[in-house]
Amino acid sequence: MSAITPDLIAAHQLTEGEYAKIVSILKREPSYTELGVFSVMWSEHCSYKSSRIHLKKLPTRSKLVLQGPGENAGIIDIGDGWAIAFKIESHNHPSFIEPFQGAATGVGGILRDIFTMGARPIAVMDALRFGPLDDPQTGARNRRILEGVVSGIAHYGNCFGVPTVGGECVFDPSYSGNPLVNVFALGVFRTDQIFYGKAQGLGNPVIYVGAKTGRDGIHGASMASAEFTEESKQKRPNVQMGDPFLEKLLLEACLEVMQTGAVVGIQDMGAAGLTCSTCEMGSRAGTGIEIDLALVPQRETGMTPYEIMLSESQERMLLVAQKGRENEVFEVFKKWGLDAAEIGMVTDDGLLRVRNHGVVVAEIPNRELADEAPLYNRPFTAPHRNVPMEGPTFASASVQADLEALVASANLCDKRWIWEQYDYLVRSNTLEGPGGDAAIVRIKETGTSIAMSLDGNGRYCYLDPREGAKLLVAECCRNLSTVGAEPVAATNNLNFGNPERPEIMAQLVEAIEGMSEACSFFGTPITGGNVSLYNETLGEGIIPSPVLGIVGLLKTAAPVGSAFRNAGRSIILLGGAGSCDLTHFGGTQYANTIIKEMWGLPPVLDMEYEKRVQSAIREIVLGGLAESSHDISDGGLAVALAECTFPNGIGCQVKIDSELRPEFLLFHEGPSRILVSTADADAVLRIAAAHDVEAIPIGATAESRLEISQGSTLLVGCDVNELKRRWETALETLLHG
Amino acid sequence: MKFGVVLFPGSNRDHDIWDAASRVLGQQAEILWHGSDNLNNVDVVVLPGGFSYGDYLRCGAIAKFSPIMGAVKKFAAEGGLVLGICNGFQILVESGLLPGALIRNRGLKFICKHVDLRTETTNSPYTHLATRGQVLRVPIAHGEGCYIADDRTLDELEGEDRVAFRYVNGNPNGSLRDIAGILNKERNVLGLMPHPEDAVEPLMGSTDGLVIFQSLVAAHLPQLVSAK
Repeated sequence: MSAITPDLIAAHQLTEGEYAKIVSILKREPSYTELGVFSVMWSEHCSYKSSRIHLKKLPTRSKLVLQGPGENAGIIDIGDGWAIAFKIESHNHPSFIEPFQGAATGVGGILRDIFTMGARPIAVMDALRFGPLDDPQTGARNRRILEGVVSGIAHYGNCFGVPTVGGECVFDPSYSGNPLVNVFALGVFRTDQIFYGKAQGLGNPVIYVGAKTGRDGIHGASMASAEFTEESKQKRPNVQMGDPFLEKLLLEACLEVMQTGAVVGIQDMGAAGLTCSTCEMGSRAGTGIEIDLALVPQRETGMTPYEIMLSESQERMLLVAQKGRENEVFEVFKKWGLDAAEIGMVTDDGLLRVRNHGVVVAEIPNRELADEAPLYNRPFTAPHRNVPMEGPTFASASVQADLEALVASANLCDKRWIWEQYDYLVRSNTLEGPGGDAAIVRIKETGTSIAMSLDGNGRYCYLDPREGAKLLVAECCRNLSTVGAEPVAATNNLNFGNPERPEIMAQLVEAIEGMSEACSFFGTPITGGNVSLYNETLGEGIIPSPVLGIVGLLKTAAPVGSAFRNAGRSIILLGGAGSCDLTHFGGTQYANTIIKEMWGLPPVLDMEYEKRVQSAIREIVLGGLAESSHDISDGGLAVALAECTFPNGIGCQVKIDSELRPEFLLFHEGPSRILVSTADADAVLRIAAAHDVEAIPIGATAESRLEISQGSTLLVGCDVNELKRRWETALETLLHG
Repeated sequence: MKFGVVLFPGSNRDHDIWDAASRVLGQQAEILWHGSDNLNNVDVVVLPGGFSYGDYLRCGAIAKFSPIMGAVKKFAAEGGLVLGICNGFQILVESGLLPGALIRNRGLKFICKHVDLRTETTNSPYTHLATRGQVLRVPIAHGEGCYIADDRTLDELEGEDRVAFRYVNGNPNGSLRDIAGILNKERNVLGLMPHPEDAVEPLMGSTDGLVIFQSLVAAHLPQLVSAK
């Protein structure tokens, strides 16, 4: 056994203070295995030690929340005796080291979080961030990472049989060395069939099921808690390998075994593997757990206790069964061809006692290990930003040419090349798949549908993390309201750089506080999520990139999409043309793509007004008045209009009277605005007025041409199919020339 | 009519076909376990989409050895109705119940999208309610759906009116002669890559898949052999 030296402690990314705390908990020096166990449980990834005191500021409760943060996933009551479980999780670091497996196991991990609670996964979405595909230095690597990540997600989700119904993909230079892969999953179950990760019942057997344990992924959680350096490629063995077929069997077997009534508690083995599942299950129940590693099914010979405890081999679960009913559990797993082995039992001493062939190799109090990691109130200053407040003077030569460039830009172009690789239809519940404002999946058992949206805007958050986070919540809720759904709950993935830098910590704190304020205001408590820090390579960090997933309930069956469906319909700009000045134009896609600069502040959000706009659009959509409904966001009004015309090739003739300069009118990204096409403009205007919301009739849908005028000046006049071709082909051109 | 949906380890569109048959069409439907050799007197056997045994070897190459496939072969030989969709088509081809092979899509990527299928023959229990040339809009979702066979086999399929469906308005996967679905010589076994079970309700965006199932239900006459 290795002696515990300062170097060994440092190599485990534990500080002197943390080591002292370990000694005081154990009242002795830890063994090598114990040191490893503490190091993963107290890693940033598992313990949230830099973020936890700030995460407590987030709202987590509402009438509908059955389970908030702290379990494997949050749970929301959707009525009729049914509930949904959902959560988002990141796999950023592994996806940089090994894009295909990193992304694939990201999908696998979050799916296990859902079905470990007893819910059948029915939808997945992904928020992806990559470096520019056409950058002379990093483009080739960025393209390789994107292709690998997309293939990995497709490989896992398609085989597992869960539809990937939506997501988003954004490019920025800061993601070149730090791609982000955030995966959201949602499952459905009956409210009386919820399972928790609790090891209850003295003497109950602890049963290991699923894949055998190998040496893969050891210290994955610690890897995800550090910056990358030149040596990080050597960490490839820390990335796990995924087997979606095995996970599919595990899903079916787990849901079946839960029906037997023999299962007391169950938890998946994700980050920190057997260590995390044992101590967390014990800690939640206030019990002890004793296991013998010799009984753990192993894929490789000669594995040490340290390796077995820290392995992050995929597709494994730990469950506690009722004593005397073990055979019912074994029968189900045998039917599905899976390993299941009794490896220990629940005790009453509160300790995680790990034996190897009977010899005790670790003995640690569960609660201290799982819940008493040191918490840091890390110092923070003003948020990092390195761009001016004042914008450059600029004048567009042709706003039509600008629109053509914008729809063909990486951030705004058609992402079909990505999402057509995902099976977005399996289980025949998808009412609205990828490409719309929100994805919609029906629950056949209840007649209810679930709308869901993922959103993030790193540029806004870089300019002002607090306002950026609020805009993000508003936008995500607006996406749901646009399809008629009532936003009810959220999950967040906080992707930031190194929290030990005060100006980065400040970004995190400000973003959490902004998110907290907006989530409280919009009634969307955060029921769980993930924090991914240290997204830095060679000292270059990402722009602050919180990602939010919000779910909404939709009672009507037939959804309204964003595409114009018929010529000759009135187009209403609900919420109005908005306002903008140069300062608040600096975070737009126009500034990014056309001017190629960033400055100033994100758009101004009036949350009260936003809420009224959303109430109005829900009433319009649910009243059956909207033929199409589309949120105005990245790229502004002109891009949103173009997006409405693309799917069916139906154009529009739009005329707006505005004092704004044309670039601002067409491309500013002010919130609280939605484009509606309708056969009953009067009714739409009446509803808007009743909600005290501005609504401007701006023209009508028309055959095949997109025309936008400001007063008597024609700003844009082009053929829809010509513009669409640029939008459709851009991503493949960027990828493959 | 009683549908039997075979569940292999890794099947994942078993729910879709089961739901289409039972809830949408109002027929009986039950799941048949791969490890059993009993078809429970079903009237039609459906091999569903998915990744049987993970499809880590050739798609369908392992499923053909499962006990249920022995019973399915016997059932087919006696004239029983056997429908293989996507992975089910791959298994039928691997089992020798249908000729040819399915290889990786020409673009080497998994593709999920709606495609147009032209009904090439109405002389089958699966298509007799359709009209010849009727174009059906149904989704595909596969990585290995490129149908290939030697020229003689392809000529024979065409000569015997055994091409059930062809892709029109674009061939998504490179299938030879745009073939999307074929019948066996006796016309009681159909394999196709697209998913008609995901196009049976207006909410799904298309109801064009219904005609295949309605044909099946109408074709179910007493003289058809049931599984023993």
